[in-house]
Amino acid sequence: MAGVSLLGRKIGMTRVYENGVSFPVTVVQVGQNVITQLRTQEKDGYSAVQIGFDEIKPRNSTIPMIAHDHKAGTTPKRVHREFKVDAKDIGSFSLGQALTVENLKDVPFVDVTGTSKGKGFAGVMKRWGFKGQYASHGTERKHRSPGSIGSLCSNRGFGGGLAKGKRMAGHMGDAQVTTRSLPLVRIDAEKGLLLVKGAIPGANNGVVMVRPAIRLYKSKAAKAAGKK
Amino acid sequence: MSRQQILESINASTLKTDVPTMDIGDTVSVQFRIVEGDKERLQAFTGVIISRHGRGIDEIMTLRKVVDDVGVERVFPINSPVVAGFEVLRRADARRAKLYYLRDRQGKSQRLRDRRRGLKHVTKITSKA
Repeated sequence: MAGVSLLGRKIGMTRVYENGVSFPVTVVQVGQNVITQLRTQEKDGYSAVQIGFDEIKPRNSTIPMIAHDHKAGTTPKRVHREFKVDAKDIGSFSLGQALTVENLKDVPFVDVTGTSKGKGFAGVMKRWGFKGQYASHGTERKHRSPGSIGSLCSNRGFGGGLAKGKRMAGHMGDAQVTTRSLPLVRIDAEKGLLLVKGAIPGANNGVVMVRPAIRLYKSKAAKAAGKK
Repeated sequence: MSRQQILESINASTLKTDVPTMDIGDTVSVQFRIVEGDKERLQAFTGVIISRHGRGIDEIMTLRKVVDDVGVERVFPINSPVVAGFEVLRRADARRAKLYYLRDRQGKSQRLRDRRRGLKHVTKITSKA
């Protein structure tokens, strides 16, 4: 059962010691995920596994969703997500099957996907790291402004206006973010917890998806090899 | 379990329960493990606590001593498994929470006044030692 993703809740950060070395870790509570649907090539055009996470009272769910979870032989779930699986591997999953942290036992690195904290309407300094303007030398009420956004000849999009995607002030955060290749420091099977090194997106209590790292950065791979 | 309880359950095995009372200004000897090749031995660092900060598992203290007129400071995470033990050698009177002013002192003015806390505290120290 390779490449299993799990849904979990971000609990918070703490510190653990492994062989005398301190690691900053984020705790993710997975508990139990249940397979609620299998997507197959014949029926859906792609193969994937849908998992449900977090108990919910039936009255807070909807009748179609309750029926959907019931078909998998499970109680209503709050969150449903899919992860892709090779068509040949889909046979190893079955409806109603429980997935736990044990499924990530031999995974050294994980990617964590979550929803980042919302920052509201943010200026260009916070949102894009612009330097702003001078603090003095005659600058008035323009210390954090972006400055010029282009002339007639530069930065022009097709058809006259500014190029689409020009970095400006606007809404920041509250978007899907994936933090890649975080070492999985510890797994607590009894409590259903994952301890991931470093920070992960979103606020505490936020729902995150953990999957085996799809790509390993060279530096991290070298470090991991050195450790073993 | 609430989030707080989960974090506490993770820290519980690392948190030390046998840490003696150590206040700012006290002279403390800290034993810590040093790994040389495949051998492990203990080394001691003796100095005055000039700072303690953080809480719970993150708590850290800074020790300062003066060797050959050169100030040496070392920072120890109190709950690190590398730190094997503490021994309070002397208690002193400190009127601030951080004794950073000792860095600017030379010679006799570096000394701290002995603390008089009554018999209750003296027995506490000897029982820990």
